[in-house]
Amino acid sequence: MNKAAVTAMCGALILSPLADAANTFFPDIEKGRYLTTVGDCAACHTVENGPSMAGGRAIETPFGKLVAPNLTPDRETGIGAWTDDQFVRALQQGIGHEGEYLYGAFPYTAYTKVKRDDLLAIRAYLATLPPVHNKVVANQLPFPFNIRTSLMGWNMMFFTPGEFQPDPAKTEKWNRGAYLAEGLAHCGTCHNSKNFLGGDTSDGHLKGYTLQGWVAPAITGDDYRGIGLWSEEEIAEYLKTGRNRHAAASGPMAEVVTNSTQFMENTDLLAIADYLKDQKSDLQRPPKLDAQDPRMVAGKALYTDNCSACHMSNGEGVAKLFPSLKNSGSVLAEDPTTVIRVILQGAQAVATDAAPTGPSMPSFGWRLDDTQVAALATYLRNTWGNAAEEVSTATVKTQRMDLASKP
Amino acid sequence: MIKKLPKKDVAIVGLGWCGSIMAIEMAEAGLDVIAFERGPWRDTATDFNIGYVQDELRYVIQQELMITAAEDTYTFRNAAHQTALPIREYGSFLLGTGVGGSGAHWSGLTWRYNPTDFQLRSHLTERYGAHSIPKDLLIRDWGVTYSELEPYYDKFEKMAGIGGKAGILNGVYQEGGNPFEGNRSSEFPLPPMPMTYAPTLFAEAAKNLGMRPFPTPSGNASAVYTNPYGVTMGPCTYCGYCSRCGCANYSKATPQTNIIPALMRKPNFTAQVQSEVLRVQMDASGKRATGVIYVDSTGQQYEQPADLVILTAFSVPNVRLLFASGIGQAYDPVTEKGLIGKNYAYQTNSSVQLFFNNKNFNPFIAGGGVGQACDEFNGDNFDHSGLGFFGGACIMSNVTSGWPISNRMTPPGTPRWGKKWKQATKDNYLSTTVVRTQGSSYPTRANYLGVDPTYKDRHGRNMMQLTFDFPENDLRMSAFVTDKAAEVARAMGPKQIVAKAPKGPYNIVPFQSTHNTGGAIMGDNPRDSVVNKYLQCWDVPNLFVIGGSAFPQNAGYNPTATVGALAYWAANAIRNQYLKKPGPLVQA
Repeated sequence: MNKAAVTAMCGALILSPLADAANTFFPDIEKGRYLTTVGDCAACHTVENGPSMAGGRAIETPFGKLVAPNLTPDRETGIGAWTDDQFVRALQQGIGHEGEYLYGAFPYTAYTKVKRDDLLAIRAYLATLPPVHNKVVANQLPFPFNIRTSLMGWNMMFFTPGEFQPDPAKTEKWNRGAYLAEGLAHCGTCHNSKNFLGGDTSDGHLKGYTLQGWVAPAITGDDYRGIGLWSEEEIAEYLKTGRNRHAAASGPMAEVVTNSTQFMENTDLLAIADYLKDQKSDLQRPPKLDAQDPRMVAGKALYTDNCSACHMSNGEGVAKLFPSLKNSGSVLAEDPTTVIRVILQGAQAVATDAAPTGPSMPSFGWRLDDTQVAALATYLRNTWGNAAEEVSTATVKTQRMDLASKP
Repeated sequence: MIKKLPKKDVAIVGLGWCGSIMAIEMAEAGLDVIAFERGPWRDTATDFNIGYVQDELRYVIQQELMITAAEDTYTFRNAAHQTALPIREYGSFLLGTGVGGSGAHWSGLTWRYNPTDFQLRSHLTERYGAHSIPKDLLIRDWGVTYSELEPYYDKFEKMAGIGGKAGILNGVYQEGGNPFEGNRSSEFPLPPMPMTYAPTLFAEAAKNLGMRPFPTPSGNASAVYTNPYGVTMGPCTYCGYCSRCGCANYSKATPQTNIIPALMRKPNFTAQVQSEVLRVQMDASGKRATGVIYVDSTGQQYEQPADLVILTAFSVPNVRLLFASGIGQAYDPVTEKGLIGKNYAYQTNSSVQLFFNNKNFNPFIAGGGVGQACDEFNGDNFDHSGLGFFGGACIMSNVTSGWPISNRMTPPGTPRWGKKWKQATKDNYLSTTVVRTQGSSYPTRANYLGVDPTYKDRHGRNMMQLTFDFPENDLRMSAFVTDKAAEVARAMGPKQIVAKAPKGPYNIVPFQSTHNTGGAIMGDNPRDSVVNKYLQCWDVPNLFVIGGSAFPQNAGYNPTATVGALAYWAANAIRNQYLKKPGPLVQA
C-alpha cells in the first residue's frame, strides 16, 4: 500500500464516528485485519455474501440458537458506541457493553488469552469497516438457557480469565504457536472435549469432540488418533491449502480454512504446528478386530467395490485429492460420527487459492444399508494398521435418521 | 425488447476448452470477463458422481452431455444437387453443451499435428511439384508454423497433465517415442499410461513389421498431477467411461477439472450459463463488434456490450454465429466467392476388427487415451509419389471402452439378434479387439457450411446447412492405410480380421467423429482466410474466432491439443500485442 492510500485511510478514520480509533496508525489496522482473520470472526459475524461483520449468522448450540451480533461501527446496532475498555472486556471476560454475560458460543474462553494491544488492533480494523445498520437479537435460546445470569455460575466453573503467559522453558516459536492456537485461533473451541454443560473437561485438551454432527478429531501429537505422524510442514500445508498427503478439510474445518487459516502467515502456521505436535495425549489403541470377522470380510468387499477407485487398495488415497483413510484421525476417532456421515452423505473438501480443486465424495447412503455402512466403517477402522472400536448397525441407523431430520 | 447490460471488457461465447483458456488468460490480464454458455453449469464434484457416472445408457446412448436436435440442429446433404434436410437425431458427430463443452465429453487422445500439416500446400508443392496437387483440393498453409505453436502446445499439455513419451526432444530422437513428431521443448508432464493387453500385443506386432510404435499421448492422468493453476488430477482408474461421459475421478483433463476451479476464484470473471448467444452485435460500419446478443432460459434477450468479443463455441457453432451476425461473405461453391463456411473438413476413419480364439483382452479395463500407435503412414511421413492421394492416418490400438450395450462385436455371418447372436457376443466379448485408423480430411470445393434457405431454428434463425461427402482423395487414402492396419492386425495372430474402410457416400447417421473443422479458416491473407494467424477476424479486428473452425484442413489426429494450443497462442497475442495497441495484428 502506498503512502497516499495510508493517508487516505487515516483521513477516513478521523472522519469516522469512532473517537477512540482516530489516532490509530495504519500498521495497527493492517495488523488488526490479519488478527481478525486469525480469529475467524467472519465465520460467525458475516453471513454468506453479506456485508462484512454485520452479524446475523445463527449458531446452533446444544442449548438452542444464538445469533452473532453486528460488529460494524454503526453506533446504534453495531459496536461504534463502545469504548475500547468495553470491547476488551467483552473479549477477555465475556461481559457485554451493558454488563451482561455473553454466551460461550462466543469463544471468550480463548480470546481472554489475547493481549490487549492485539485486541485494540482488531478494534481499529473493525472501525474501518462500512457501518451497517442491522439490529441483531443475539439471544434466541429457550428458557431457562435464555437467562444470562446462569452464565455467572458457568464462568465460575469453567472459565479461567487471563492473558496468555509465555512458557520461558519453550522456544519463541512454540510460544507464538501456543498464543495463537489457545487464543485467537481458538482451536480448543471445537477440538477440546467438553462436559454436558459445554465446559472443557480437565483431561480433554485438544483430544477431540463431536459438534454440529462432525467429529473435530484429536489434534495432539499422538501418533494414533492425533496428528503425530504429520510433519510441521504438512500441518501448515493443511491449514494453508485445505489438504496435505493425509487429509482434506471438509465440514466445519473447511470453513475455518476458507475464512481464516489459508490467509495466515506460514511462520504462524508452523508455530501452531510446533505447539500442537508438542501436546501429549495418551489415547489408547484398542485391539484390532480380526480380519476374519464377518463384518471385516463384508466391509472389505464393500470397500473394494465402492471406495478403492479413489482411496486406493492400500487406503492411502491420492495425495492432495482423496484423503488417506490409514492413520486418519477422522476415521479412528472414538466417536465414529464423521466416518458414518461421510459414507452416508458424502462430503466436499475445501477449495482454496492454493489448491482450487474442491474434490467431493458422493453420498453412498442411497445404495448401502445400515448394516453395510456399519461393516464398511468397522473395516476402515480396523485395517491397514488401523484399530478402533467397531461400529454397530444401530449407531448407523440413529445417525441416518438424525441426518435426515436436518435440512 | 432487448435489455442492455453494463459493458464488459471481454465477452466470450462458449465455455469449453477454448472458452476456459481464453477466459483465464483474459482474467489474468486484469480484464473484466464474461463467458456465455448455452448449456447448464457442470462441475466434477456436483455433476459427475463416482457413484453413478459410469452409466452407458444415460451418457452414451441417451447422450446427456450433448445438445439435442430439438435445441439446435443443422440440415444435411451429400451434394449440392440434393435437398438438405434437418438432422433429427445426432449421430455422425455429437456436439457437447454445458460448461466444459466437448472438453467434458472427449476421450483424451492429445496429439500435436506434424510440422508439415501446418504448411501442407507449400510442403507438398516443394516435395511433389505444384501440378501434383489436384485442383479440387483446397488444402492450404495455416499461416502459423509448428515451431511458433510449440510453446503453446507445451503450455496446453502442462495444463492438461498429458501423459506420453517424447519422440523428438530438443532435436534428439528418444527411443520409444513417436519418431515422426515435431520437436518438443520438454518431455510430457506425465509418463505414458500403463498399457493393457491389446495395445501391448499391437506394439509387438508392429515392431516385428519394422514399425516404431509408441504410447498414445493421453489426457487421462497416468499419475496424480497438479497443474500450473494449482488444480489436482487423480490417477485414471481405467473405468472406460471417457468418451461421451464426464470423469468423476478428476483423471480426464477437462475444463472443469483443469481450469474452471481456478477461473471461478477470479473476481473479474463471470460465467453466464443457460444463455445462448444469438449473434455478435456490430456497429454501423460493420468493422467493429460492439458486444453480443444473448437469450436466457426464460426467453428474455439481452445485449452485452464488450470491447472484445471471442467466439469459442466449437467449430460448427462458431461459423453459424458468423453467418447469423452478417460478418464476412458466405462461400458459394458455384462462383467460388466468399469465405465463411469454406474449407469444411472432417476425419476419415476406419477400423479392423480382430477375432481371436484364446485371448482375454478384458476390454472393460479401458481409457480414452490408453493405447499404442504407429505414425509411419500419417501425414506426409511416407512417399506419396504415384499413390493418387495425399494425407494419411495414425494406426492405433486404443481401447477406449468395453461398454456392455455398444461393445458387442461378432464375426461376419452372425445373426443380428436372437439366441445365436447372444451366444456369439458372449463368445467374442473378451477375445475381440480393434485396430483403428484416424485419417486426415482434406477440403474440396463441394464440401462446405452454408445457410439453409428453408428451415429455421427455435430462435427463428435460418439453420446452418452442411454439404459433405468423402472426397475421392480421402477414400483412397483410407483404403491404403486400412490395408497397412490390416497387415499389423494379421501379425497379431487373430483367427479372423474384418477390415472396414469408408466407401462413401458419407452417412450422417452412425457415429464417426466429432472432429468437424474449417468454415472460418486461418491464413496469411484476407483473400483466402477469415482470420489471421492470431485467429483475429480480418474484417473485424476486435473479434477473435477460436477453435477447429480455423483449421484449413484436418490432419490424421484428434484435434484437441491443436485447438488448445491455438487458444493459448491467440491469448498471448491479445495480451502482449492487441491490448497494447487494439487493431489488426497483421496488416493485410
